[in-house]
Amino acid sequence: MTRQQAGPLPVHLRTPSPAYSGIPAWVRALAVLAAVVVVLPLLAMVLRVDWAQFLPLVTSASSLTALGLSLRTSAASTLLCIVLGVPLALVLARDTFRLQGLLRSLVLLPLVLPPVVGGIALLYTFGRQGLLGQTLNVLGLQIAFSTTAVVLAQTFVALPFLVVSLEGALRTSGSRYEAVAATLGARPGTVFRRVTLPLVLPGLASGAVLSFARSLGEFGATLTFAGSLQGVTRTLPLEIYLQRETDPDAAVALSLVLVAVAVAVVALAYRRPPAGRAGSGRRTTAPAPAGGDVR
Amino acid sequence: MTLSFQAVVARRGFDVVLTVRPGETVAVMGPNGAGKSTLLTGIAGLLRPDSGRAELNGRTLFDLDDGKRTWAAPHHRGTALLAQEPLLFPHLTALDNVSFGPRSAGVSKRAAEEKARRWLAEVEAGDLAARRPAQLSGGQAQRVAVARALAADPALLLLDEPLAALDIHSAPLLRRLFKRVLAGRQAIIATHDVLDALMLADRVVILEDGRIVEEGPTRAVLERPRSSFAAGLAGLNFIPGTLDGPGVRTSAGLRITGHDDGSFTPEAGPDGDPAPLPKPDAPGVAVFPPSAVSVFLDDAHGSPRNSFAVTISDLEPHGDQIRVRAGGLAADITPAASADLGLAPGMTVHFVVKAAAVSVYGT
Repeated sequence: MTRQQAGPLPVHLRTPSPAYSGIPAWVRALAVLAAVVVVLPLLAMVLRVDWAQFLPLVTSASSLTALGLSLRTSAASTLLCIVLGVPLALVLARDTFRLQGLLRSLVLLPLVLPPVVGGIALLYTFGRQGLLGQTLNVLGLQIAFSTTAVVLAQTFVALPFLVVSLEGALRTSGSRYEAVAATLGARPGTVFRRVTLPLVLPGLASGAVLSFARSLGEFGATLTFAGSLQGVTRTLPLEIYLQRETDPDAAVALSLVLVAVAVAVVALAYRRPPAGRAGSGRRTTAPAPAGGDVR
Repeated sequence: MTLSFQAVVARRGFDVVLTVRPGETVAVMGPNGAGKSTLLTGIAGLLRPDSGRAELNGRTLFDLDDGKRTWAAPHHRGTALLAQEPLLFPHLTALDNVSFGPRSAGVSKRAAEEKARRWLAEVEAGDLAARRPAQLSGGQAQRVAVARALAADPALLLLDEPLAALDIHSAPLLRRLFKRVLAGRQAIIATHDVLDALMLADRVVILEDGRIVEEGPTRAVLERPRSSFAAGLAGLNFIPGTLDGPGVRTSAGLRITGHDDGSFTPEAGPDGDPAPLPKPDAPGVAVFPPSAVSVFLDDAHGSPRNSFAVTISDLEPHGDQIRVRAGGLAADITPAASADLGLAPGMTVHFVVKAAAVSVYGT
């Protein structure tokens, strides 16, 4: 990891290529192609936006309802990810127990699983005929096809992002500070609150932002497990998919809104920490990339 | 008010029994991997021995014998551990770092900060209170770490090579600081530096391969080392073997004659009884300083002298002398003598030492 600069370098110092990079020309060419693969479709979409109608389209009642629902459910599932994911990451990073490797692999499964499969799995857990659904039904709780289902589906797919990000941060920071704190007389709760959490806060923040982004974009599991009821379970991605059939311009406009949110999220998660706070040298401020520490 | 510690860590070959009396500072020395850190982390509760028991001031730290599983968590032990690196919490100021211990003990924020300021002043770091660890030099950070450890009021202070990571300018200052704060304090200091043991400790314990090979008052150990490690610390040549009159016979059949320093004639022991004479064939050592060794190209026989044919492995500067290393022994000679003899690694020479310069004693 490179040392943190005091601030961004002036442009004239930053742009000239270093004396020798060792990158073959064909690698550069492929790198450009890779960038094109990502950027070109976004550009194509932006070019299709009907700017004259943009505002009315994204502020229509159904759009605003979907956007509001998306933001609320994503915030709720991010919170759930933090409440459940922080303990899980801590246990995975610091404890040693049997089947730990297996647990880690299983927790990461939603990263690589098609979301629709996740939705089906959730349906057979919380659905009316599901594993827990019948018990919940007796208690008067119906989760499937409710806003709660949306939050559960989003948490299911987003949790690994937080766990991976935080586990990486925890492993990097090590447990030596915690050991010192304990010998100074701090009980485990105090160590967690005053040492562990502050040390991994950057990792936790980037993990939370990534979870929020994944929740916001969730489609397959939500559709399967929660359906598409306007105002209840129809989040923005579902609304976009629906609009595409009837009003492609609206779909494009709403897509642009999601792109804007995604750009903001990426900027937030991967921004360089402000100078001054950084430079401790012993602590990682860069967010652990999602999937970075999967073994 | 005593630490008694006995523990076995099988996978590290660690098996140590140690007692530290109230107000006593014990230096633990030994080669890398000898078990110094295992000892300290075992006392601090960061490592769980396979068996053994330990007590500090009448409170049980752990008791893992006879199927009992008593185990006090690190935060209940009152054993602050100061490591080679300061490990100050990077997100807290120096003041908050030092007040961490008192705060954890339930002291109010104001009282804890007051105490922290007192300890910062004690380590001459009062003006650093508002700084973050990233803004401190290595020596400053270690001083703050000392204040942090002491502010926690530890019953026993554990120091794991606290000076090893410091540059040569910071180490003497911190050593003086330790001299002051360790006076009359119960502490264990693991160190590589014989100066630490001499200056800071009442007693030294030598660990080798997870076992105590030698212990005693620091001066006594350095004057009459019984292990090759302690002899190396004291800068002495060390030849183990079996006692043979006022001399030692090595397993290779070599006999080194030493002077009779009284160990081989009856004398009164410390408690008034005559000290037992060492039995012949008991294990013993011959110890002599490199400065007592002369180097000759051929075998110069003088009767009260010992002469060994050895092959030079290294020549190195040593103060204003040349240290000649050969066959596990060392000789210090003047550069002029070295030049006259034309010494070079690989040459076979004779190390000659007068019997009067060789101490022989049982181990």
